[in-house]
Amino acid sequence: MTGSTIEFRALSKHFGAVRAVDDLTFTVQPGAVTGFLGPNGAGKTTSLRMLLGLVRPTSGSATFGGVPYRELPRPLATVGTALEAASFNPGRSARDHLRVYAAAAGIPKSSIERALGLTGIAEAADRRVGGFSLGMRQRLGLAFALLGDPGVLVLDEPINGLDPEGIRWIRGLLQRLAAEGRTVLVSSHLLSEVQQSVDSVVIISRGRIVHEGSLDSLAPGTVVVVDSPDRAGLRAALAAAGLTATESEAGLSVAGSSATDLGALALRAAVPLSLLKPERAGLEDVFLDLVGTGEGTGR
Amino acid sequence: MIAAIRSELLKVTTTRAWWILALILFGYVGFTAAVLALLFGTLGDQLAAQPGGQGLPAGTVPPIVYSTVTAVGYVFPLILGTLAVTSEVRNQTLTPTFLAQPRRGNVLVAKLVILAVAGAVFGVIGLVASMGLGATVLQLTGNETALDSSDTWALAGRTVLAMALWAIVGVGVGSLIQNQVAAIVVVLAFTQFIEPILRFGASIWDWTAEVGRFLPGAASDALVGSSIFTAFGMTSDVEPLQWWQGGLVLLAIAVVVSVIGYLTAWRRDIT
Repeated sequence: MTGSTIEFRALSKHFGAVRAVDDLTFTVQPGAVTGFLGPNGAGKTTSLRMLLGLVRPTSGSATFGGVPYRELPRPLATVGTALEAASFNPGRSARDHLRVYAAAAGIPKSSIERALGLTGIAEAADRRVGGFSLGMRQRLGLAFALLGDPGVLVLDEPINGLDPEGIRWIRGLLQRLAAEGRTVLVSSHLLSEVQQSVDSVVIISRGRIVHEGSLDSLAPGTVVVVDSPDRAGLRAALAAAGLTATESEAGLSVAGSSATDLGALALRAAVPLSLLKPERAGLEDVFLDLVGTGEGTGR
Repeated sequence: MIAAIRSELLKVTTTRAWWILALILFGYVGFTAAVLALLFGTLGDQLAAQPGGQGLPAGTVPPIVYSTVTAVGYVFPLILGTLAVTSEVRNQTLTPTFLAQPRRGNVLVAKLVILAVAGAVFGVIGLVASMGLGATVLQLTGNETALDSSDTWALAGRTVLAMALWAIVGVGVGSLIQNQVAAIVVVLAFTQFIEPILRFGASIWDWTAEVGRFLPGAASDALVGSSIFTAFGMTSDVEPLQWWQGGLVLLAIAVVVSVIGYLTAWRRDIT
């Protein structure tokens, strides 16, 4: 099983004067889980809907190995999709929901039972979807995505609404699908949600890419928090060494240095230290910095 | 295309709307047919009992009773057809529908085919009610049932055709007005209020009556060939359409609204 690559080429969507998606170009490789991140309203869902032929791009293209979704000969057997919106007729049972779309895509009935089993909702398959919890709807959405045993999976916010056990389950599932050689693209507005399951990330903000690459390339520098009974003296010593410090309740946060260097600096300046603590700034902070400004590191 | 049609068939049969509507159709048409049969059965007797009275002309009562399927029941396939589109919009199921079948035109054509079949089934259910109950009451009141007449069965066939056409008009209406509540309000307001007034108003002058013949309800009555509404009252010198002309007018209305629906709403972005 090898999925095709997903190729976004200068993809744009304008709603009037608003550039919801602005010149998006990136490639998603098979055999890995790729996170598609950005805050709500960044243009993730619009990008995915253009990829799936549901929304017409203003310009550019998004294809599966060069083929637009609408021209795939067997779409559900090539690309499996779970989109954020709960798209169910509440009066239909879970099994009937899958039967309707399996029939449309010419997928055999045995695949319905397989998808229900894989997502752990076989027991509830004959209940009407209207009575399903959010977590079970997410699982049914995934069952729809897995119906055609596709080589590519496009999942929009699949973790929303899952309980901790469900989150652990879906992480395992995504990793396993990628290990089988499939292309897995997962969107989320929270880095922490997908941090443990993605191999690389594409981060967008206000319709533009602000970071693309592995998670490690996103790793921030170390920050050291120092403090002294003589805080003014410490600040002066830091300034003399050309270091900028931001003051907080905990003390002075210093970037671009190390605990060893700062300890030596304090000794030379004869400033007694009451605190010397290296801290890794969270990935989430870096993420928020990136999407907050909308400019960031660029690509 | 076959796959899209099978999918649309499952959509209709896996939810409850179709048989709830069919049940109400059966009850409503059966009740109306029985009441009319009783009314005309005894009315005919009274007219005949009067000095010099002759009763109702032979053969007028059974068609009026049996055609209650379309006269009062055409709104049911119309609503079923409308719901077939608007419920997909309301529940956002157009997303999985177009993911499974990206050729949207195929989805619309498949819907039209399956709803025509469902409308025909509604026609048969309605006829079981109107002919079953109506003929029984006519028989019990000592009137002719005309069940041995080929005209009666020709009327039944045209009734099935009319109900099928009404269902596909519904698909067109649902495609044009995708908001479910708005679509149902428009359907009910037009069929129960606006069109009856228009038809009544149109029958006043000859030149408006010419135009009034092309209203969907009038075309439907022309196709079936009989209706409680045209049997009495609205008389004018303008001949109603031939049955086949009525059928073509109804089909043309269905095609035009469906094509407009396809060109506008059906090709819209699905967000």
